[in-house]
Amino acid sequence: MSFRTRWRKFVNVFMLSLTGLCALVTVSILFFILGYLLWYGGKSLNWAFFTHLPTPVGETGGGMANAIVGSGKLLLLASLVGVPVGILGGVYLAEFGGQTFSFVVRYTTDLLNGVPSIVMGIFAYTIIVLPMHHFSALAGGLALGVMMIPIAVRTTEESLRSVPGTLREGALALGTSKWKTVATVVMPAAMRGIVTGVMLTLARVAGETAPLLFTAFSNRFWSSGWNQPIASLPVMIYTYAIAPYDDWHRQAWAAGLVLLALVLVANIGARLLVSRGISFGKA
Amino acid sequence: MASAPTTVDHVRPPGRTWEFIKRLRRGDEVAHLITLLAAASIIVVTVMLVYQLYTNSTLPRHKFGFSFFLGKTWDPVSGEFGALPFIFGTVVSSALALLVAVPLGVGAAIFLSELAPPRISNVTTFVIELLAAVPSVIYGLLGIFILVPVLRKGVMPFLKTTLGFLPFFQGPIYGVSMLAGGLVLAVMIVPFIISVSREVLMAVPVEQREAALAMGATKWESTWQVVVPFARVGIMASVFLALARALGETMAVTMVIGNDPRISASLFAPGYTIAAVIANEFTEATGDLYLEALIELGLVLFLLTILINGLARLVIIATTQKGAAQG
Repeated sequence: MSFRTRWRKFVNVFMLSLTGLCALVTVSILFFILGYLLWYGGKSLNWAFFTHLPTPVGETGGGMANAIVGSGKLLLLASLVGVPVGILGGVYLAEFGGQTFSFVVRYTTDLLNGVPSIVMGIFAYTIIVLPMHHFSALAGGLALGVMMIPIAVRTTEESLRSVPGTLREGALALGTSKWKTVATVVMPAAMRGIVTGVMLTLARVAGETAPLLFTAFSNRFWSSGWNQPIASLPVMIYTYAIAPYDDWHRQAWAAGLVLLALVLVANIGARLLVSRGISFGKA
Repeated sequence: MASAPTTVDHVRPPGRTWEFIKRLRRGDEVAHLITLLAAASIIVVTVMLVYQLYTNSTLPRHKFGFSFFLGKTWDPVSGEFGALPFIFGTVVSSALALLVAVPLGVGAAIFLSELAPPRISNVTTFVIELLAAVPSVIYGLLGIFILVPVLRKGVMPFLKTTLGFLPFFQGPIYGVSMLAGGLVLAVMIVPFIISVSREVLMAVPVEQREAALAMGATKWESTWQVVVPFARVGIMASVFLALARALGETMAVTMVIGNDPRISASLFAPGYTIAAVIANEFTEATGDLYLEALIELGLVLFLLTILINGLARLVIIATTQKGAAQG
């Protein structure tokens, strides 16, 4: 073997192993994250975390019950905005849309998807917080809801399009009107994909902090109603992590573990739903 | 919506109206209208977003004009607002992130598309996509408590003693720094580069590889000199998409970058980004000028990410057309 051939073989093996190393490094990051959160978060996670309010500064103990409920309320509000608009918009694009207008809608949706989350916070601030003069759960829910729209639209459109045209034709040939065809034949067939999309986008906004900082703000107590500042898990993690108290750091780890667990479970669940395949019919 | 013309010409006007009423009665037009409204509201929201950002930032635009972008002082007390330190911080931290993430991401994508058996490749891609789903604030949490101490105690002193003659690795070591911000960003954007690049690489026709291998190229030569150049435009698009994310990323960066509006060549020095200053100062902004200066920063960030996203989309459209012409 000439030197040149040996050199080429060496470069081949070396560079290919390097690419393998790249993949290994990236994958191991997730396990690092999981490991650290399980270790630090698991140590400080206890029952009080889920049932108690935050304690005043200097007192140890307490929990984040209000933030857990708060996150739930914010997600509910966000879904009220994001899910109907997202799904109906997706139905329009897949079933009713014309050429030009659909293109504009699709383009705008992509644009909206690229808007930084902090800018979405400013948007909600200017249209709700400024006129009302105080932070509120409504403003936070709106910011998150608008963020949900793009992914919901896209996944709905894609899963509707993956339903075979023969199903539509069959229903239409029986004399069913178009909306009934879409609502009772096409939508159920695509339901799995649509639910997956909604779950993924919910998981995404559940971890968003930036748009909540100056819309929902935070709250160290229970927030009654929808028109007050409200605590949420991501914002609590942020404020507790940058605070100078060790006890707050422990709580931040615990909250991080809970949040990550929720997000990962939703993601894995959504993918499992997809990988079982889209079933046609009323399964 | 194209329905076959079933009516004869001279009865067409009443026929069309009748058709419309019939469909209205059956609910089709109502359903069409409702979904149309939903789709239109997406456009309305986006237009409102731009409008709100624009009208709520008139004060600083009139007062500072273009010098807003060149001013180096950010002093809310004396009412002087210059955005340069934030633009600098945003650009440098994102560039640093790309510097780390692009080789790492493209390397991993090559492994996943060219070498790994399909099963391993799919499982790995799944794990990497989960990485993309980890909330930003959790990256920040790990950044503060794990990455920053490691940088402060290990990496930075080492860099200072070995590469300290370079201006990038000088000055006091705090831990929280531009370097920490760039590294956290790199980890956050790697999944996007990998998943898009992998798809692009896998779409390269297998004949390209076979031809190179048949000419006697090694696996690496076929990959690096044939497959990667074939996919380079798509890979570039993935880099642009990742860059757009890095520019707008807020929480993780805010938590580790140090939040100090200074322009320094050293990566050890704390920095500040556009998104971070909005996150930190928005709730405590006193006075309209201060608040509107922050909103103008938001507008700048918005336009910047839109521009980069638009470029990425153009690149993708260009590649798909090129691919269609070739294939």
